[in-house]
Amino acid sequence: MGEVLALLFNTAVFAAALRMATPLIFAALGGIFSERSGVVNIALEGMMLIGAFTAMFVSHQTGLPWLGVVGAVLAGIVIGLLHAFFCIHYRANQVVVGTAINIFAGGLTVFLLRYYFGAAGTSPSVPTIPDITIPVLSQIPWIGRIIGRQNPLVYLALLAVVVAHLVVYRTPWGLRLRAVGEHPRAADTVGVHVFRMRYLAVALSGALAGLGGTYLSIAHLSRFSEGMTAGRGFIALAAVIFGKWTPYGALGACLFFGYADALQMRLQDVGVPTQFMNMLPYVLTMVALAGFIGKSVGPKASGEPYIKG
Amino acid sequence: MRKRLGFIFVMVLLVGLVISPAYAQTPRIGLIFAEGGLGDQSFNDAAFRGLMQAQDELGVDVTYVEPADIAEMEEHQRAYADLDLDLVIVIGFIHQSALVEVSADYPNIHFAIVDDVVDSPNVTSLVFEEHEGSFLVGVLAGLMTETNTVGFVGGMEVPLIRKFEVGFVEGAQYANPDVSVIVNYAGSFGDPGRGRELAVSQNERGADIVYHAAGGTGSGVIDAAVANGFYAIGVDSDQDYMAPGTVLTSMVKRVDKAVFEVIKAVVDGTLEGGVWSFGIQDGAVGTSEFTYTKDQIPQSVFDAIDEAREKIMSGEIVVSNPLQ
Repeated sequence: MGEVLALLFNTAVFAAALRMATPLIFAALGGIFSERSGVVNIALEGMMLIGAFTAMFVSHQTGLPWLGVVGAVLAGIVIGLLHAFFCIHYRANQVVVGTAINIFAGGLTVFLLRYYFGAAGTSPSVPTIPDITIPVLSQIPWIGRIIGRQNPLVYLALLAVVVAHLVVYRTPWGLRLRAVGEHPRAADTVGVHVFRMRYLAVALSGALAGLGGTYLSIAHLSRFSEGMTAGRGFIALAAVIFGKWTPYGALGACLFFGYADALQMRLQDVGVPTQFMNMLPYVLTMVALAGFIGKSVGPKASGEPYIKG
Repeated sequence: MRKRLGFIFVMVLLVGLVISPAYAQTPRIGLIFAEGGLGDQSFNDAAFRGLMQAQDELGVDVTYVEPADIAEMEEHQRAYADLDLDLVIVIGFIHQSALVEVSADYPNIHFAIVDDVVDSPNVTSLVFEEHEGSFLVGVLAGLMTETNTVGFVGGMEVPLIRKFEVGFVEGAQYANPDVSVIVNYAGSFGDPGRGRELAVSQNERGADIVYHAAGGTGSGVIDAAVANGFYAIGVDSDQDYMAPGTVLTSMVKRVDKAVFEVIKAVVDGTLEGGVWSFGIQDGAVGTSEFTYTKDQIPQSVFDAIDEAREKIMSGEIVVSNPLQ
């Protein structure tokens, strides 16, 4: 039992939790922007997958992993705009479009992988973004071992949470974003361009999900492999709901999921089955939706296409 | 008149199609891949190599198909059975439940399944002694570890993967009684991110060599070994090239050999139903060629591996098989 207690506060566990949480954080922020604008985005998984592939591919071709990050963001934006186009312009069912994008992304990445590398399964190893040590931070006794040496994208994810919070709650743009997601008709009457806001938000969502995928393929790992997101887009979606559609809430949820995962890896010897931890995010989401931990209600107009006029 | 001529022409063609296989001399072999299909650098590719070798050396007619998911397996099996082929080979345990039914519905067609057992007179089950091959890489790990701790990362906790685990643990402990083995399962064959974190966590707990039997999840194990500076051991096909010098060896499973041998049995007319097991004896499981790691491994370790191999063949060492 003492061993288990020691594990709970083990710095290695916390560091691993942060690594596991990073792709979730990016994708969850993407989910927040999209849903806050009134567009349900269950395509996060597919956007991450395409981001992961693009990052690997650009890094492989140019040898510059940071260019891979840029490529993945652009690819995410393209897929985001595709999603937005069908959802906003054609008022297609947002869940159906999202599902289609997820299936499309799975097929496209496998196809491209075979086309360029002649191999399904796994790509060759590509140049990655190396971990960095933060000078002063890493000297602090306990904290330093957790966040003193991490990948730049880990820090970027944490920074993105703060920025997202400020943007959503402290800027006029954020106010308009929320207005569009809550009551698009009212926003429209006071001169907010509903379509433009939604297009922007969904594109941003794609960019962030693409970053999440980037972390997987060229920061955490050094290659792309088929279906490597392994449901993280859906766990991110769970984190959005569990975190009540707020950046800090989602951060907390992602860190919790990451921590539970990291802990479980070290607890397997004690007999906690893998499957239990795999279902945890979804169970907690249902708990959150059922209202056991205070109300978790999404933006009112989320999922509803806006018809102008 | 012209219409009738056309009709007769088509009928002749159809009759020809139907009776031609009866006159065909070369055996016709059909192969249905597992999920993942060609290019997986592992299982399916190895099966394909065996099929191509048979085509070149035995002159058989081959045809093959890559199913997209498990739901398609049964349809592909039936479609191939309807073609009246001389042998239908299916790859992977994913085909097992469908083949139980299909083989019963087509008693005149002979099937072969790789990696699982279907108890039917018209099915040849091709299984591997993965526990024996894993024992050998276990011996290697037990002798090469400097921390007396090694790790195993499995994909899903299914009986087949347990075979790898048990053989590895027994091999490591046979070579080094003081060794302890950390065992983790990722719960997935397609999550390299998890594979990496599991390997890192094992490394943090002292493991300096990690063996994976985890499909795509395993590429994360190899990445972790590169990043944190420890050894990995690959699986199924020769994965040494994935991180030269870091992947100590791979527990190679010669699916190509099994596929070739079963096709050869068709050509020789000796094919029978039942379980056909490929082990160390046949050179069908074992270590890779050590292409990049020859210089890092002392000769005494190679000698110990050879000795263990011979002892398994002679029956002096019996590796536990969790499936029995």
